[in-house]
Parts: sequence; structure tokens; C-alpha cells
Amino acid sequence: MQYALLIYYKPGTTEALGADEAEAVHREYMELKDTPGMLGGASLHPVETATTVRLRDDQLLVTDGPFADTKEIFAGFYLLEADDLDRATEIAARIPAVRLGGSVEIRPVVTGES
Amino acid sequence: MIEQVFRDEWGRVLASLIGYFGDFDLAEDAAAEAFAIAAQRWPSDGVPDHPAAWLVTTARRRAIDRLRRDRVLATKLRLLAAAQTSAAQTSAAEPPAGEDTVDTIPDERLELVFMCCHPALAVEAQVALTLRAVGGLSTEEIARAFLVPPETMKRRLTRAKSKIKVAGIPFGVPSGPRLPERLGTILAVVYLIFNEGYGDPGRPGLAAEAIRLGRVLAGLLPAQPEVLGLLALMLLHDSRRETRFAGTEDGQDLVLLPDQDRSRWDWRQIAEGRALLDRALDPATGTHTADGTGPYVIQAAIASLQAQEQLDWPQISALYGTLAELTGSPVVRLNRAVAVAEADGPAAALAIVDRLDLPDYQYWHSTRAELLRRLGRRDEARAAFQRALDLARTAPERRFLERRIAES
Repeated sequence: MQYALLIYYKPGTTEALGADEAEAVHREYMELKDTPGMLGGASLHPVETATTVRLRDDQLLVTDGPFADTKEIFAGFYLLEADDLDRATEIAARIPAVRLGGSVEIRPVVTGES
Repeated sequence: MIEQVFRDEWGRVLASLIGYFGDFDLAEDAAAEAFAIAAQRWPSDGVPDHPAAWLVTTARRRAIDRLRRDRVLATKLRLLAAAQTSAAQTSAAEPPAGEDTVDTIPDERLELVFMCCHPALAVEAQVALTLRAVGGLSTEEIARAFLVPPETMKRRLTRAKSKIKVAGIPFGVPSGPRLPERLGTILAVVYLIFNEGYGDPGRPGLAAEAIRLGRVLAGLLPAQPEVLGLLALMLLHDSRRETRFAGTEDGQDLVLLPDQDRSRWDWRQIAEGRALLDRALDPATGTHTADGTGPYVIQAAIASLQAQEQLDWPQISALYGTLAELTGSPVVRLNRAVAVAEADGPAAALAIVDRLDLPDYQYWHSTRAELLRRLGRRDEARAAFQRALDLARTAPERRFLERRIAES
């Protein structure tokens, strides 16, 4: 099965890290990429760089900032091949966001099989 | 007779089929079909020597037949391929009616319970699935027991099964360090089912169902003290079922422990509960040395003490103290206060109760009220009984509190 591990942070978490810790966290993310079954993923630039596109009264509306103001910010994702949810959970639990007060949402990916 | 066999075998048959096909819906349909065939044949042909094996073999063959007919669906074709491979390996041809080809099937109910009580499912879904899949209750029966429309329960079960499939919730027993935590979820589900039935004289079936599930678990995990502890706890509480309510013109009234007719307690069940408790406390039983005595074993020990003729309140209150430390639960501290009231008097107990703050909890108000009443503080007692009444959910409790208000 394929899972997307969606990584969320509380605002300001990464900025509050010291240089050494930020470096260590970065290294952990890089190491996770080498976990068996990891198919890919991406880390996103801060939410301040986001642009949102939507349709209002048939007009294309382009605005600065994220789609919705939420308490947690979507920061990136991994794409994982795993046997089942328990295995996916095990790997999700190792993502640094979890211990830094954020969270990881595990979502099964629609594939040809399902 | 056949109905009893069905109830007892459903979980085992379904578990075996899920393990075989890896698909909950397919397994459930196949099991239902096999049980329907059995209902037709067994009354005339007789119940086979190994009913579960007969049902599993029949269900497998029917399901494979059906998969052959359903060749259009690619996913099911893959299932068919897998099933045929393993069928060829085990050479499990369906028996002719009333004849067995396999004597025993491996018991995979534990895998099934862990799947139904997976923490990725909501508690109400865990409860419904466990009763349906392991307990063999129908959707309608579960709906009635939880006072929701059958359609609601059907949707709840469908959604849960869909999540199992789409999210890949495993059919299996977790290993090593995850086991105690996951086992805790299962025990909580069973105890929740028990308490739903225990608190309401109109739903006695749920308590019996929880005990049946508890027996299954105790059979599957005989070395887990908490599993034995939970079964002991349920048996000990349930032994008083005939005396906890008294019929009146208005319906059922609550009868408190000291006023219950001990001769009508189920003493065989108490003995069984106490024997289980002894096993749970015996260090030879197994795996409890690491984390000490667990909450269900302690609660069973308290329930056992409560069945004595002369209640040992100091010991009961000490056990509640241990339990409170272990769980950090304010509700347990409240229970401890009740024991302290008997051991050391109402003033000491009220001091404990007033240190807790549970404004939305009915029993905090009723316990406070009872202690205030005993201390002769009648106005405060009446106000507290009234707050408890505002929060009371069942009719017997409401009538009990109304009487207390009238008396004070």
C-alpha cells in the first residue's frame, strides 16, 4: 500500500530552533528519505511564500498567503510504500515534526489497485 | 441449539475467512452464506463434529465460486488468484454436506479483535465492530443495544470496514512493545460494552456479551493478568445483577450495595471471579512483573472485597489509593472517598471530594450530597442532590435522587 505522510507544524516552530538543532532536524529528514519503502516527498518553503488561486464570481482570484488560516501549517510530505497502517505509523512517528509539537497525517494514496 | 452454535462460532469462522481472503466484506458475505446453508441442512443432517471447520470450508468454496462468477473486477481477480493458490496448497475442497475435510481451523480471533479495536478507528466504531465481528451480534441487535437507529449503526459499521480496507489496518497481533498499549484498547472496549449494559436494567444483554468476549480473550491470552483481571471484575460485578435493581410501580429502582440481598448474589460466579483474580495475582501467571499490578486486577480485587459479608473498608480504601496513583483518575479518587467515608467517617471523605473538581460528573455531586447529608448539612446536601439529578441519565438513578431530595 502507498501512504502520504503529511507533515504539519505549529507556526513559528522551525524558526524557534537553534542553528545546531535545525541542522540536526534537517539531517533526520534526509535520513528518513533513505528508509526502505520511501518513494519520494517534498519539503515546502514557509507559508509566507504561498499564493492561492481560486474562482470568485467566475473571476480568477489570485491572493497572497495560504488557502486557509489554520493552527497548523502544511510543511511537506513523504510518499511511502508500506505493508499496512501499523508500519506506516511506525515511520510517521519518527518524523521530527511529531516531537516538535506538530503532527503527521497518514493518508492512503489512490493507486491502480484501490 | 443451532443458534447457540452460530453465536459461538461466528467470530472464529469470520476471523479465519478474513485471514484467508484478506477482505472483511468478502469474508462476512461468505460467512453469512455458509451459516445460511448450515441453518438449512443441520436440522435434518445434524450438526457436524467440527462446526467451525465445516462452516469455514463451505464459506471458502462459496466465496471462490462467487469470485469466479465476478471476473469483471480486477481486484477480485487478484484475490481469486491468491485464494486459489492457497486453496491448492491446503487442498481445502468443500466437504459434502455434513462431512468434514478439515478437523480444526487455526483460531485467528485474536487477530480479528486487534483489527476491530485498532486505535485508528473511533471508539464507537471499535465497539460496534467488535460486537458484530467477534460477538456475532446482528447490526440490528447492536443498534438496539446502543439506542441508535439501525441505519445509523449500519453506516457506522460500513464506514469502519471501509477504513480498515482503504487505510490498510492490519489483521494481526502487534508485537513486542506495542502489545500492552494495544491490549489496553481492547480491554477498554470490552469494559465499555459491559458498563453500557450494567448501568441500565433494560439492556442486560450487553453485560453478558462483554463477559462472553472477556472469556474469549482470557482463553486466547491466558498469561495476561489484565485480561484475567477484567473478566474477574466483570463476573464479580455481574454476580449482583439480580439485586441491583428492585421492581416498583414506576419501574426499576437502584438498590445500593449494603441493602442488597446477598443470598440472591450469584455465588458460583463470584467464586469463578475470585479464582481468576488469584490466577492474575499469581506471579507464575506471566507477564506482569514489568509494570506491576494493573488497573483491572486492582478493581477486581476491590470487587472481591466488596463481596465479603463484613466489608474491610480500610483495605478497600487502600486499594482505591493504589488505583488512583496508577491511573491519576479523579473518578477513582472519588471512589476512594466513598471507602474512606466508611473507614474514617464522612468528614475525612468530604475533604477528599472537595479537593476534586468534577462539576459535570453526576457522581461527584451525588457523593458530596451523601456525605453532606451524613454530616447533617441538609441544605447543602439538597442542593448537591439536585445538581446530580440534573445530570442523571437513567430512570432508576433519577428516582433514587428524587427520593433523597424529598427525604433531606
